[in-house]
Amino acid sequence: MSQPYRLDTGGRINRAKPLRFWYDNQGYDGFEGDTLASALLANGVFLVGRSFKYHRPRGVYSAGAEEPNALVQLETGAATEPNRRATEVELYGELNAASQNCWPSVKYDLGVVNSWFSRLLPAGFYYKTFMWPASLWTTYEKFIRRAAGLGRSPMEPDPDHYDKTHAHCDVLVVGGGPAGLQAALSAGRTGARVILADDKPEFGGALLSGRDVIGDAPATEWVEATVAELQGMREVTLLPRTTVTGYYDYNFLVANERVSEHLGPRGRGEAPKERLWKIRAKQVVLATGAIERPLVFADNDRPGIMLAGALRSYVNRYAVLPGRRIVVLTNNDSAYLAALDAKDAGAAVEIVDTRTAPAGELVDRARSAGIPVHENSAITGVNYRGGRVRGVEVMQLDSDGRGVRGVGDKLNCDLVAVSGGWTPTVHLFSQAKGKLRYLDDEHCFVPGERAINNRGFEVGACRASWSLETCLREGAEAGAAAALVTGFDRAEPAPSPAAPEPAQGPLRPLWILPTVHPVGRGPRKHFHELHNDSTVGDIELAAREGFVSVEHLKRYTTTGMGTDQGKTSNINALSVMADLQGAAIPAVGTTTFRPPYTPLTFGSIVGHDRRELFLQKRKTAMHPWHEKHGAVFEDVGDWKRPYYFPRAGETMHDAVQRECLAARTGVGMIDASTLGKIDIRGRDALKLLNMVYTNAWDSLKPGRCRYGLMLNEHGMVFDDGVTTCLGENHYHMTTTTGGAARVMNWLEEWLQTEWPHWEVYCTSVTEQWAVTTITGPRARDLLASLADQPLDDDAFPFMSMQEFPVAGIPARVFRISFTGDTAFEINVKARYGLALWEALAEAGKAFDLCPYGTETMHVLRAEKGFIIAGQDTDGTVTPMDLGMDWIVSKKKGDFIGRRSFARTDTAREGRKQLVGLLTEDPAFVLPEGSHVVEPLREKPPMNMLGHVTSSYLSPNAGRSIAMALIRDGFKRKGQTLDVSLMDGSSQRVTVTDPVFLRGEK
Amino acid sequence: MLLIECPWCGQRDQTEFHPHGEAHIARPEDPDALDEAAWGDYVFFRKNPKGLHYERWVHSHGCRRWFNVMRDTVTDHIHASYKPGDPKPELPITADGGDTTGTPKT
Ligand SMILES: [Zn+2]
Repeated sequence: MSQPYRLDTGGRINRAKPLRFWYDNQGYDGFEGDTLASALLANGVFLVGRSFKYHRPRGVYSAGAEEPNALVQLETGAATEPNRRATEVELYGELNAASQNCWPSVKYDLGVVNSWFSRLLPAGFYYKTFMWPASLWTTYEKFIRRAAGLGRSPMEPDPDHYDKTHAHCDVLVVGGGPAGLQAALSAGRTGARVILADDKPEFGGALLSGRDVIGDAPATEWVEATVAELQGMREVTLLPRTTVTGYYDYNFLVANERVSEHLGPRGRGEAPKERLWKIRAKQVVLATGAIERPLVFADNDRPGIMLAGALRSYVNRYAVLPGRRIVVLTNNDSAYLAALDAKDAGAAVEIVDTRTAPAGELVDRARSAGIPVHENSAITGVNYRGGRVRGVEVMQLDSDGRGVRGVGDKLNCDLVAVSGGWTPTVHLFSQAKGKLRYLDDEHCFVPGERAINNRGFEVGACRASWSLETCLREGAEAGAAAALVTGFDRAEPAPSPAAPEPAQGPLRPLWILPTVHPVGRGPRKHFHELHNDSTVGDIELAAREGFVSVEHLKRYTTTGMGTDQGKTSNINALSVMADLQGAAIPAVGTTTFRPPYTPLTFGSIVGHDRRELFLQKRKTAMHPWHEKHGAVFEDVGDWKRPYYFPRAGETMHDAVQRECLAARTGVGMIDASTLGKIDIRGRDALKLLNMVYTNAWDSLKPGRCRYGLMLNEHGMVFDDGVTTCLGENHYHMTTTTGGAARVMNWLEEWLQTEWPHWEVYCTSVTEQWAVTTITGPRARDLLASLADQPLDDDAFPFMSMQEFPVAGIPARVFRISFTGDTAFEINVKARYGLALWEALAEAGKAFDLCPYGTETMHVLRAEKGFIIAGQDTDGTVTPMDLGMDWIVSKKKGDFIGRRSFARTDTAREGRKQLVGLLTEDPAFVLPEGSHVVEPLREKPPMNMLGHVTSSYLSPNAGRSIAMALIRDGFKRKGQTLDVSLMDGSSQRVTVTDPVFLRGEK
Repeated sequence: MLLIECPWCGQRDQTEFHPHGEAHIARPEDPDALDEAAWGDYVFFRKNPKGLHYERWVHSHGCRRWFNVMRDTVTDHIHASYKPGDPKPELPITADGGDTTGTPKT
């Protein structure tokens, strides 16, 4: 029989649209409007999962985001998603879900042995394993990994795409129940820009699950009218299926919209699966409602036990009556509504009420409906067989509620509905640094003082306002007040309609129900936390072992650390703690609520920022040529730079060796466009150069270049480069590739904050100029073939710049060198960069021109002992440590970093200094970063001297070369030291000058 | 995420800005006149208050101007933003006890 637990009428499902779906490879039928959970219950599927630690069978426990049990693996293959709450998954045609954390099947799970060995899995089990002998860890780890776990993550790339959007609004209303709808309505009527977000597909909140009346019509009619009015407002955005997951400073909230998930992987077409909203709101109205609090009794985790509110929701909203004989266990009046609705839908119902003398309108109604009420009673045991509850044992409570007496009364049933009252959903309020306050009468935390930057209101059940009329009134008032604060001065609350409902009396503050055994002993478990299998006994054990702080308790027992974040368990855990400590709940305190409220998918967080859109790629004008000629690229910052240009069959080593030789013996060419370039102008430009560089710049004539070192105020080198005087008060500064932005900011910060009265203008021109450097003994001849210009040393001396056309392209040619050989850096406007490079490549054929990449550039500069700032320096190195005293002016006056040279630590003996290292084995290349030690001893401690900063095989020196920063390096030249290697061996080295090739510039 | 008032551009998301540490630390006029301790204080030592902090920010993804912010490190409340060279504001900022961000007194 199809859907044996479906009611014939009622509910918000669309009976005209039946949907076929699959669960654990078996086909079932449901309707549009179902959740996976309601459809499974309609089909009599009660056992839906195995618990995390003990692998106990579990069933659907709730009807919403708080679900701790019914986690499923949704869909298969690339589209699969683990740990989805069946209570939140909307049913669609051909939906395919599977139970998880069980093997071979949910019904016959071998992991259930964990349950028999539960004494081996006490609270703090994971922590304790770390204290056991480490050698056994590999054994434990395998056991733990197999035993504990949830669903499986997908192994293939996600076929869906995800969107992100930013939004600003005057009033954001979180929660679309009666209070939230009223808030949105009042604010919307003023013309304020309003966003209303609700995690369900339909607005209405609890009204959709109940049988309330507003005015003199069913509440759902009021919901429809209100939503229709909101839809007609131009400035109102309605976001159903949207969970606000995070509330951050200054009313910045993150929400996840499930745009097309309900259409299924085959039905969503081009639509994004989810959309992440980043919302900045002037006012935030929290109408987040409340979550029902369970009662904790012996074996309270069996399939067929669910929250009373969930039962009501399944009956009224989904037209599913998930039991024929239902026992409602409660300490309050609200569960009577569930009992009455279930009775009305055709179930046999009995109520077990822990209160000594329950009374009032609802109790009377239940009694007159023929529902037996067992007063002052508790469930002390559950008869569980064949996948669901078969009955319960009920006993009379002692007057203090800590014990039971009499003979157990056996009640037959197939469903137990539980209510321990309601817990306001304060997660977002608490995330936003709001202070919680404990209401003694209501036995719950509610929002107290808001954080100063997070302005707004809380309305309805999330502040323990339980009656419908109060919710409607508070919502209307808050919506108007929020609009008023944001500048809509004619705001007034929407009228609050009457909403008659029976009054509810107080609850009995008893949540942990005793058995004949003390709680935590005996054969039965009291689960306060279903998701992570944490029991009241675990809390007691944790307390005995000294974990009394609530934050320690949480981590030790893993209470609240599951994917449901303890939405149903939190307050019960606190009450057990409070009881053990003989303190009140507010004295025990709460743990901090952190985002996200419900888990976000990685897809949603990532959005479009993946693959080629993950990170920008900066490419030079010559990039197409490099690609065409087989360059292997290296990432330098965001730049793609040619690393080397391998020829057919060459390894990186082969290519670099060839490039190095060619550049030294003939002519080489490198794309140097990525060097940072800053155009500096203004009356005080020279003053700036004198402050930021260590050397003096006054004598630099137009057309001449000078190398400079830049220090921070600590006296440490952080960048270097060549700056050229272009004319009066006009300079062209170059920086390292990686330091370009840093240097630009450095200059700007000093100019804007320290010397705002100076007239200097800095403009980044890195991308305006394409730079091709040619170097080597034949570089001059190559350039001469493309430029009608005298290029000899007299006409165009070293460290000068001239402007003349090269291959017909206007160029600034700098005769500077990073290789130590004759070199020309030819700068042309970026759009001519490729043309120039191609012209040089063509003309270069007659000169055996060799294009080379960054690795060869590094080898060539190291052969000459030129440093790379950031590689041979690390923020602790002064110019003197580099042996570059010559560049530090003693005469020019102050500059940044100068005063720090006189600091005791900077001036002391024994600083690390830059030297060369030659290995005993000339073919051995030291790994960069290796430690240099005084001759190696048998055993530690070694006398550590420093580390290798640069190391290469130099074909021009005919051997390996290395640079290192070592203590007292200059004094050690000629000494023999050891470099210890990762494999435990060592290499003998001789300390030298860091210049490995002499001669020609 | 903070909402920061750039004195030139107005209120923008924190992601458009970078913090640059404590504000109002002037570079000494004559560094040589400072003894080792005083120079070390200038170079290395910064306040880390629980409460009001004057700090420098740059609108790096906006106008690229530097400015100062007066922020409470406990509540993350920004009481004021002002241009470099402007005097340090003091609390309370406005006559009604609120501040320049328009936040009324609590
Ligand atoms: Zn700005």
